[in-house]
Amino acid sequence: MFLNSWLWRSRHLSRSPLLLLRSRSIFLASSCTTELLASQNASEHQHSRKLPSTVPRIRPWWNVSWSSGYRNPSMEAEKKVASGEDSYGNESKQASSTEFLDFPGGKVSYINELQFLSESSPVRVPCFQLLDEYGQVAEHACLPEVDKLLAVKMYRNMVLLQTMDTLFYEAQRQGQFAFYLTTIGEEAINIASAAALSNDDIVYAQYREPGVLLWRGFSLNEFANQCFTNNLDYGKGRQMPVHYGSSKLNYPTVSSPIATQLPHAVGAAYALKMENNPACTVTFFGDGASSEGDFHAAMNFAAVLEVPVLFICRNNGFAISTPTAEQFKSDGVVAKGQAYGMRSIRVDGNDTLAMYATIKAARVMAISESRPILIEALTYRVGHHSTSDDSAKYRKQDEMQHWKMIRDPVFRFRRWLEGQRWWDPEADKQLRSESRKEVLAAIRSAGPLKKPSLSSLFTDVYDSVPSNLKHQEEEVRATVSRHWSDYPSDVPL
Amino acid sequence: MWGAVGRQAGEVGRSILTSVQRRSNDNAAAMAWAASKRLMSTGSEITVRDALNSAIEEEMSADSKVFVTGEEVGEYQGAYKVTKGLLQKFGPDRVLDTPITEAGFTGLGVGAAFMGLKPIVEFMTFNFAMQAIDHIINSAAKTNYMSGGKISVPIVFRGPNGAAAGVAAQHSQCFAAWYGQCPGLKVLVPYSSEDARGLLKAAIRDPDPVVFLENELLYGETFPVSPQVLDPSFTLPIGKAKIEREGKDITIATFSKMVGYALKAADELAKEGISVEVVNLRSIRPLDRATINASVRKTSRLLTLEEGWPQHGVGAEICASVVEESFYYLDAPVERICGADVPMPYAANLERLAVPQIEDVVRAVRRACHRTSVEDRREAA
Repeated sequence: MFLNSWLWRSRHLSRSPLLLLRSRSIFLASSCTTELLASQNASEHQHSRKLPSTVPRIRPWWNVSWSSGYRNPSMEAEKKVASGEDSYGNESKQASSTEFLDFPGGKVSYINELQFLSESSPVRVPCFQLLDEYGQVAEHACLPEVDKLLAVKMYRNMVLLQTMDTLFYEAQRQGQFAFYLTTIGEEAINIASAAALSNDDIVYAQYREPGVLLWRGFSLNEFANQCFTNNLDYGKGRQMPVHYGSSKLNYPTVSSPIATQLPHAVGAAYALKMENNPACTVTFFGDGASSEGDFHAAMNFAAVLEVPVLFICRNNGFAISTPTAEQFKSDGVVAKGQAYGMRSIRVDGNDTLAMYATIKAARVMAISESRPILIEALTYRVGHHSTSDDSAKYRKQDEMQHWKMIRDPVFRFRRWLEGQRWWDPEADKQLRSESRKEVLAAIRSAGPLKKPSLSSLFTDVYDSVPSNLKHQEEEVRATVSRHWSDYPSDVPL
Repeated sequence: MWGAVGRQAGEVGRSILTSVQRRSNDNAAAMAWAASKRLMSTGSEITVRDALNSAIEEEMSADSKVFVTGEEVGEYQGAYKVTKGLLQKFGPDRVLDTPITEAGFTGLGVGAAFMGLKPIVEFMTFNFAMQAIDHIINSAAKTNYMSGGKISVPIVFRGPNGAAAGVAAQHSQCFAAWYGQCPGLKVLVPYSSEDARGLLKAAIRDPDPVVFLENELLYGETFPVSPQVLDPSFTLPIGKAKIEREGKDITIATFSKMVGYALKAADELAKEGISVEVVNLRSIRPLDRATINASVRKTSRLLTLEEGWPQHGVGAEICASVVEESFYYLDAPVERICGADVPMPYAANLERLAVPQIEDVVRAVRRACHRTSVEDRREAA
């Protein structure tokens, strides 16, 4: 059942029976994303602007501009519906009905048959894809503008990420550091999103997105220093491995509790909005994180406050051992967007070009319209949850192998690159061996470096070191020097 | 979640502003109130509520990065009217009414603080902050440390703490000990209007996350203030206790509403010739151990007084500190007066038995001074 649902997709989205869905959706298939981008940029930045006729109507529940004044927008919505017009000044389909129920939030029409809204749509939300599983351009696909330079850069980064993960994982297994988790299978999500964003966009990651840092210029040495928590670690030895952070690359330090980064991203987006800064925040999370209370809180706030934030869900099928079938009963995470009044899209997370196009379009919408966007990227977690997990206990080996070998996003993108004559097997061999050498060199140089010194135990608890901690540090130093033989000799003081 | 507290606040609010044409009345009331505040600036006395309100207003005027968020802080003028007039003055971008999601608006505030804004997050009571405590501890308190000093969190979490009147267990817990335990947080406990103004201003300006524990029953109390206190640049140092009343026979270390109780007990005991020194802690973290110990070395006797539960409470930490540093100065065992070790009951008689009363303080002081009755004292003389 699980594999079949991944293989389903619709080729004729613009003419499909999906339009019959009672819920309203926005499709990008009938017009190229670049066209949509152009039209978005050209139109006024208001909720009630008229959209070009090539793009199906977007119908928000209500038109609220939070910053334009105080509350009671329900009166606005009521007036508009009563006048027989929809929010775009077009004649409302409901104009013919004269019977309305007056509730806070707007008028609602009557229905005289006892009917429950179904728990699921007759058809699942379709998945946006541009390259098929073999790297061939899909039938009605309109590719984003990606030149050879960008495409090759994306591919090189995906390979480097894959190599780094493989070798660092092995280093953990050898006991060189205590913990690691890989991004294997999700390279396209990492790199394509990073490529579509600007360096001014602030990324609130969960923990499976080091590719974004890699794209932005975090070096292999910097990754290794954090994993080995040596004295060059930016975290000063306080975080577990893979909890990277870089203030200059706009990537706040990874925080372990699940989904806490979601409200943070909303708050940060609010700060950007208040400063009129033309950037957005981007937050990544997994399918499991969508069950946290923080997910609900963040989604609701982002929609109500109208802030520029991209919620990118990496739906990779598992939350440690919990499969998505046991995580939620909705149609994945994309279906929840509309419940919060938020625009959303489902995209093939293993399709580099589709991810790139989606994030690029979403970013423009988020910033120009100051609204949040939800993106559900479907993918598969090829590796174990982390080095503390053995996923063979809850899934079949051949399923993992299938996704690793046959449905590898890196290989899929490579097929397309080779089809474009932008890449060849010789270059690939060279790239892989170079990457391997670089990663091993980083591991070899980070390992032997000294650990952080004793003073880093006490700094940064507060902005300035308080007297009680200064006192404690003196006591510890005195104790260590009195009982030198009780302490390891390689702990720098 | 509202309970009796919400109803009381609502009734007060509704009695001040009638519900019809509330918005225009809001403006008129806010302007009238602001005018009356100008009259007070000559320096006489203000309520704790006005002290907090003026502190927030002045800091928001001085720094455009400061903003207020929480439930009912805007249109409703604040559940306890502490943020009255702010929405009218600063607009909805800086005074954010939020949906009922403590975890949400706390996380949002922390995220905004990561970006350099200075949020003041109001909890209707700190009991509800438990729904957001992960963001207070894991996201705010620990982040500067865990990011290697790269991400500071200049946020203030404020709201009423501890027991009110007739609001039962889920509205009456004192969180001073819980937050006081966490490195990375600063925890402040104002008592008077001067404390409220000075400490809140200091908290808003502080680059570290601050938990500001107010008390609902103190909001309406009036305290005299000097013109210096009303000056916009007035702040109090964080981590310094105040000797609220000097004495030489016994030290009572206490905070928040209990300072008032200690002072009243001191008045009563003065009639018996016992001179009580009352130390108003003002700050739970950092705890002013120096002042407490200096006072104990002077008086040789210590009593700690708090509303919260006894085990692992603030009093326990103070006792440990004094035993570690001033053991040989003590003439009597240290006694802790705390709330009863039960969830707060509702019935008025039970509630009264569950929190310290002035009589409890007086009797404990007498025990420490080896004067278990007035008769005994006469005999000793």
